[in-house]
Amino acid sequence: MPVIEMREALNQALKEEMTRDEKVFILGEEVAEYNGAYKVTKGLLDHFGPKRVIDTPISESGFTGLAVGAAMMGLRPVVEFMSFNFSLVAIDQIISNAAKMYYMSGGLYNIPMVMRGPNGAGPRVSSQHSHNMESVFAHFPGLHVMAPSTPRDAKGMLKAAIRCNDPVVFLENELAYNLKEEVPEGDFIIPIGKGDIKREGTDVTIIAWSRMMSLAKTAAEELAKDGINVELLDPRTLKPLDMDLIAQSVKKTNRVVVVEEGHFFSSLGAQVAESVYTNLFDYLDSPIARVYQSENPMPYAANLEAATLPSVDKIIKAVRQVTYKA
Amino acid sequence: MASVKKEMQSLSKEKMVEILEKMLTIRYFEEASIKAYQQKKIAGFLHTYIGQEAVGVGTLSHKLPQDSVVTTYRCHGLALTLGLDPKSGMAELFGKVTGCARGKGGSMHFFSKPHNFLGGHGIVGGQFGIGIGAAFKSNYDEDNAVSFIFFGDGATVQGTLHETMNLAALWDLPAIFICEDNQYGMGTANARAIANTDIASKAEAYGMKGHTLNGMDLNEVHSRMGEIVKEVRATRRPVLIHMKTYRYTGHSVSDAGLYRSKEEVDSYKLKDPTLAVAREMIENKMITEDELKALQKRIKATIQEAVDFAEESPEPPLEELTQHVFMDDVGNA
Ligand SMILES: Cc1ncc(C[n+]2csc(CCOP(=O)(O)OP(=O)(O)O)c2C)c(N)n1
Ligand SMILES: [Mg+2]
Repeated sequence: MPVIEMREALNQALKEEMTRDEKVFILGEEVAEYNGAYKVTKGLLDHFGPKRVIDTPISESGFTGLAVGAAMMGLRPVVEFMSFNFSLVAIDQIISNAAKMYYMSGGLYNIPMVMRGPNGAGPRVSSQHSHNMESVFAHFPGLHVMAPSTPRDAKGMLKAAIRCNDPVVFLENELAYNLKEEVPEGDFIIPIGKGDIKREGTDVTIIAWSRMMSLAKTAAEELAKDGINVELLDPRTLKPLDMDLIAQSVKKTNRVVVVEEGHFFSSLGAQVAESVYTNLFDYLDSPIARVYQSENPMPYAANLEAATLPSVDKIIKAVRQVTYKA
Repeated sequence: MASVKKEMQSLSKEKMVEILEKMLTIRYFEEASIKAYQQKKIAGFLHTYIGQEAVGVGTLSHKLPQDSVVTTYRCHGLALTLGLDPKSGMAELFGKVTGCARGKGGSMHFFSKPHNFLGGHGIVGGQFGIGIGAAFKSNYDEDNAVSFIFFGDGATVQGTLHETMNLAALWDLPAIFICEDNQYGMGTANARAIANTDIASKAEAYGMKGHTLNGMDLNEVHSRMGEIVKEVRATRRPVLIHMKTYRYTGHSVSDAGLYRSKEEVDSYKLKDPTLAVAREMIENKMITEDELKALQKRIKATIQEAVDFAEESPEPPLEELTQHVFMDDVGNA
């Protein structure tokens, strides 16, 4: 199996799905002639032509709305946000239109549409370019939210998202585009709503997604040296959450650390913790610990940025806290 | 413009009766809905189309089956014009499962798939993208459909209009932007909200054609929109239409109308597009007084049937609560 980067895995998914279904097209800023701001769409213009690989002006609200209308009329748009920070300009289209359409039309108009692009903090890009949007989108019924942590998952999950008949918010990460892994060639699907155990363990379950899974892996390796055996659970789809998998893991380890890149308050991590408390309280041997971004806009200064974000050290500390092994 | 006056003579008697029937259907439907609202059978917001009938009927007379239509929350008139059964419209207002959106959309969110009616939308300026998306699809599939995008004067100052006019002009999308200028956004007169109230002139900024039409005159709307729709269908170039019209009722039923005078409203009622069409048809011997009365009676009966149907229909069963959130069942949602 070839070892490829995350960006190439995503590219394969797009290419395969566009080949499979003529109704799939991609639009966004710099996706065509520039080959994508992060090269995820590299070569697609040459392969499929300008009808299906479309450079847009900087009009997020306009082209996201266009995608909703095209989806209502039977096409299957993939919208690339150069980053999810800019999705805020289109948030009315995503929430009031894409998420609500099927329901408020009484089931007449579904929206088969994927919105994808990098989410979360980039390197040293400060306050307006570092938003984590998962908690916002996951709040509203009508959207699925997915966030792969590995190249293989990215490919299988994006293919599932494109085949879905409902709107999917697909969160990638700039710092993860060059992660490498063996990725199967050709068709395979990782279904929406299915999580994965990334490392089997017995002492504690770390629930983490997207780039935080890489940090959690490093933390798990460190902790193993001290005899703490960590299980790593990646929900992969953030909404709907794979509670079956979470239950299996928690029943085994009885301890939970939730790691997210986003902020502490009103967050997806808070929701994961709540779901565990509500459904699995009797299986817990200690309170859940959470690792998150501190409650300030992202600063530019290197030291302040590092202090704001979750880190391997913070994860290790949280694990020691729940396992009472300080 | 001489052709405008002759528009009615150029149309067949059958076509004119159909137009009048649509205008009266809207009028009586809306009047019945206001009554039902006062009886507390309808709740929430209720924005009626009374006074603006000539715009919708005169324009959508040129809609082909493959064309699509999207509009604001003031959506009942267009849906009925397209042929939505008044029963399913009224049932929607009553919040019944037999409604056109199964009682889940309500007054602001009528939809009709057979007519490509892509909805009534509640966010001012929220529907522009949907409209150009439908136009985009038409080019993608290389059919010859056009997309009718209706909006209020209040929406001309939303950024979405300008983004989507730019996109439509840039990409040659067959989008027909139709501003129904009833002179107010809620209680705000246009001059207090819009720096340049010559709305058609905004087209020029995007290299589009712009036209100003008297939206109270069915003949003018019908004839001019006939030419314009034909042109857009052929050239795939978007266009912006400024329809000058007026709403006789409040912004919604809860509006006391303190921001405009009774004289002003009455002056527009003298130009009532529905009455004008009926009058002209009699003058042109396209309908007799008796035939008109019979037609009015028949439409009133249809609307009463719709009200009865809505009243007797069941509410959505509780299982509907979580149905239609998603089309695909992905489990553990
Ligand atoms: C984005 C947004 N802001 C405010 C409102 C509240 N609102 C509903 S209708 C309306 C007036 C709109 O006027 P206009 O566009 O002229 O349409 P009309 O009601 O006259 O048909 C306002 C302010 C809204 N629905 N959406
Ligand atoms: Mg208005």
